[in-house]
Amino acid sequence: MTEVDPRAASGGERMLTTRRYRRRLFVNRFNLAMSLATMAVGMLFLLWILATLFSNGFAALSPTLFTQMTPPPGSAGGLLNAIYGSALIVLTATLVSTPIGILAGIYLAEYGRDGAFAEATRFVNDILLSAPSIVLGLFVYTVYVLQVGHFSGWAGSVALALIAIPVVVRTTENMLRLVPSSLREAAVALGAPMWKVILMVTLKAVRGGVITGVLLAVARMSGETAPLLFTALNNQFWSTDMNAPMANLPVVIFQFAMSPFDDWKTLAWAAALLITLTVLVLNVLARTVFRQAEVR
Amino acid sequence: MTTSAIALLIGVPVSFGIALFLTEMCPVALKRPLGTAVELLAAIPSIIYGMWGLFVFAPFFADHVQPLIQRVLGDVWIIGPLFQGAPTGLGVLTAGVILAVMVIPFIASVMRDVFEIVPPVLKESAYGLGCTTWEVVRNIVLPYTRIGVIGGIMLGLGRALGETMAVTFVIGNAYRIRASLFEPGNSIASALANEFNEAADPVHRGSLIALGLVLFVLTLIVLAASRMLVARLTRAEGAQT
Repeated sequence: MTEVDPRAASGGERMLTTRRYRRRLFVNRFNLAMSLATMAVGMLFLLWILATLFSNGFAALSPTLFTQMTPPPGSAGGLLNAIYGSALIVLTATLVSTPIGILAGIYLAEYGRDGAFAEATRFVNDILLSAPSIVLGLFVYTVYVLQVGHFSGWAGSVALALIAIPVVVRTTENMLRLVPSSLREAAVALGAPMWKVILMVTLKAVRGGVITGVLLAVARMSGETAPLLFTALNNQFWSTDMNAPMANLPVVIFQFAMSPFDDWKTLAWAAALLITLTVLVLNVLARTVFRQAEVR
Repeated sequence: MTTSAIALLIGVPVSFGIALFLTEMCPVALKRPLGTAVELLAAIPSIIYGMWGLFVFAPFFADHVQPLIQRVLGDVWIIGPLFQGAPTGLGVLTAGVILAVMVIPFIASVMRDVFEIVPPVLKESAYGLGCTTWEVVRNIVLPYTRIGVIGGIMLGLGRALGETMAVTFVIGNAYRIRASLFEPGNSIASALANEFNEAADPVHRGSLIALGLVLFVLTLIVLAASRMLVARLTRAEGAQT
């Protein structure tokens, strides 16, 4: 930047100033245009993925999807057992991880606060949160599947719960920390014991946020494939036995999409569409719940 | 590992652009929908990226992008050998590009968040001195948020390292290190996903679990580094206020 006053400057200096000013303007416009372009590229990829998914998925969508089992290659079939298995595994994992996650979050925000133990818990939780899902799958494989001797739906649920717990802990704690302490103090001043304060005042104030966290965790679980590959495996048949290998959508997609059979690929597209729709709906739902909670 | 490097090489500038757009240029009415759209990109399960990469992106890449790169860069000294080989669409470069699309939303949202904590007073005084928007970003916003930005990039790196399914679909699975980016390769996570259920003897299985350990330690290091950086950022902030 020059500090030359254009009025006082001689002709040569003035030209220099305008040239430099033009250059700055050009650099500015160019970089901002690039920024706009990257945004467009990002959106393009999102639309591209969704477009292929919808066109291929809806073409494959049919009522038999929900009434028949996964077929052997070369014959028609549906995804019933996979849908059922996925729902069951995710449901169990949610039931396990929600109470653990919320309780741990309450501990971190209300009791532990800045103590050494709470700090350590927080750090371990962060590690769990960022650990690759495939490593968690390996872990469950060695401590559960190997000991029991066979793949099972339970093992899948355990692996998914391990993925969900850190998400729930993190959101619960963050939400609880947002509660103004005057609210807590007012409740304590009325003579309420600590557990009552937490249960009836703070937790109630952040209900929307906690539900958001759980929904996001469910969304994340329903798309996870890698850990299920090592734990629940897959099953061609109808099975409600959580102790046996169990069919589930992500692994079905993995196996069918990699296969050379066209009807399997079609089913994989349908399954992919189902999963993506579930995840996107959960995400949008979580967002609206959260926004409503904010408004209130 | 090459795939993660490629992913960051492509992903970081693009996510910087997106974050810049969202914080400095975007009309207020569009901020929310566009931000949500970027986050939806993060919500799509990785296996969907894998399928899309295998059936849609890889053929497109093989037909249109790879021949072009080969024609332009194939004979250039030093980097030429990077782009040799049949343009099949499967391979390290494709995996890197898809990983880039996957980490962009993570890095972009972290960057957007740290860009937003820059005090408006700093930016306004720079504008008052006659800076252009780009100069404000380059000289005020970036130095102020440097540590947070690096933390976000580390987060993206952790994601890229641990990503399994999308890479497994498109990388091609070959146990060699090739000079060319168009050849199939392998990553830790994709080797695990492909072989584990077929590994019968204990040595094979044990070595795969050891691979898992290596992967875990790598992500642990990345996480620890990013946490230290972010802690330094918050401490610096505390000192200022």
